Amino acid sequence: MSTFEELIAANERVEPRDDMPDAYRATLVRQIAQHAHSEIIGMQPEGNWLTRAPSLRRKAILLAKVQDEAGHGLYLYAAAETLGVSREELLDALHAGRQKYSSIFNYPTLSWADIGAIGWLVDGAAIVNQVPLCRCSYGPYARAMVRVCKEESFHQRQGFELLHTLSHGTEAQHAMAQDAVDRWWWPSLMMFGPPDDASTHSAQSMEWGIKRFSNDTLRQRFVDMTVPQAEALGLTLPDPDLRWDEEAETWRHGEIDFTELFEVVKGNGPCNAQRLGHRVQAHEDGAWVREAAAAYARKQAEKGRAVA
Amino acid sequence: MRSTCEAVATEAEYAVALADDALVASQRLVEWVARAPQIEEDVAIGNIALDLLGQARLLYQYAGSLTDPPRTEDDLAYFRDERAFRNVCLVERENGDFAVTMVRLLVLAAYQRELYDRLARSVDPTLAAIAAKAVKEVAYHRDHARQWVLRLGDGTPESHRRTQTALEAEWPWVSELFDGGWLAPALVERGVAVAPASLEEPVLAFLREVLDEATLAEPDPRPAVTAGREGRHTEALGHLLTELQHLARSHPGASW
Repeated sequence: MSTFEELIAANERVEPRDDMPDAYRATLVRQIAQHAHSEIIGMQPEGNWLTRAPSLRRKAILLAKVQDEAGHGLYLYAAAETLGVSREELLDALHAGRQKYSSIFNYPTLSWADIGAIGWLVDGAAIVNQVPLCRCSYGPYARAMVRVCKEESFHQRQGFELLHTLSHGTEAQHAMAQDAVDRWWWPSLMMFGPPDDASTHSAQSMEWGIKRFSNDTLRQRFVDMTVPQAEALGLTLPDPDLRWDEEAETWRHGEIDFTELFEVVKGNGPCNAQRLGHRVQAHEDGAWVREAAAAYARKQAEKGRAVA
Repeated sequence: MRSTCEAVATEAEYAVALADDALVASQRLVEWVARAPQIEEDVAIGNIALDLLGQARLLYQYAGSLTDPPRTEDDLAYFRDERAFRNVCLVERENGDFAVTMVRLLVLAAYQRELYDRLARSVDPTLAAIAAKAVKEVAYHRDHARQWVLRLGDGTPESHRRTQTALEAEWPWVSELFDGGWLAPALVERGVAVAPASLEEPVLAFLREVLDEATLAEPDPRPAVTAGREGRHTEALGHLLTELQHLARSHPGASW
């Protein structure tokens, strides 16, 4: 059997029963939990338009997407459970504000076009972040990410197609699409986290093979992928400084106002209290149901024992 | 010729009524997404709502193809007012707690299970094909609701009380499912539609079995005065449709 250091050095997978440093375990729990929480909280901004989707086809697509997100939350909680924490503990930590979820979901969905912008930009950024996680050193997380990424890329194409339809629709629809992109572009860039020189967890995570690329590298990859797509959509990105760098063959974006990101992370975004409050309320409202299920299971087990 | 036209119209109305049940029930279930008691249930409720939405779309598409001029699924879902909706009142009323939703789903799915099982043998091949697909889906919905009603009924004193209360509230709205007064008799005679009255016995027999196992008491029959199939609804439907339809109606002529 190989030691943890040997597995990491050989770029092999660490599995639940392998020995691992406490800090590695804690880092993974933090990251996987945050990811799971993001999937669950992320259902809210999209759920906001489920009852109002403007066609039955779009309603069905959005409903299937939100359902996928609940499914992703379940795989990710299951991956975290292999590290010795229960889903209940993780949900308690979320509800008490001890664990975080992606700050992007603290922005409101103000029009139907936001559903397209979330699919195209937010899921697009998530994919760029997550594809390297399919090769993460921790086996259960890497395997969960393979399935998540497949579904996310489907969502991203659906978001693009939704925006394309709006952009090429009526004047009002085009304006709706542009407004959504104007609001979601900068928050999407901030999804990659602070710049490399200010990122607190990055170096150690890279060494452990949890993280494969730096925040800025991934952000650049996203920008290069997205700019031509915006052109194909017939929409502009709200960055007057965005320009093509001939020499480096890359798109250079303007300066990102990270003070906003830090404010939203601290809890001062437009929807922080609303999103967490909604989640806590759902959990509390469901307590009697979960208790009933547990009581029923106990009664059935007792009946089983009485028969045996 | 005239009588053929009328028969066609009533067949379209029949499909629309079944579609309206499915769409309105789906819309109420969707309100639960991201609010369910556990994440597995967010997935399950989303899945059931998606099945119902799919059934509604197939039925609307078929109904719309029978009318002159033809109408799309979205014409039917988004551009009819509440008085033109033909769903039963059972499905349109506001959500309450989780017990209300599961009791209501149990009743609806038990009804749809018996209905689609028979409609799969309709002489109309399109209705038969839609029903043959739907019957498998609603059998799962019925089982899901049954599993929850058993757990809630025979769970804790609180869950028992809530579920009995839900049952008392939903029971008056059950009998409308079996009222066939709105349906052209020729449709049933020709073997196109299923006589609603023929479903009463098997649906109630199934429900009684579940209630009994769940230690719940069947309420006294006290049917609500209701005529959803004729377009006379509760006040709740108008609000549900306001939310469902407003965006589509705000952009007339737009495609999405």
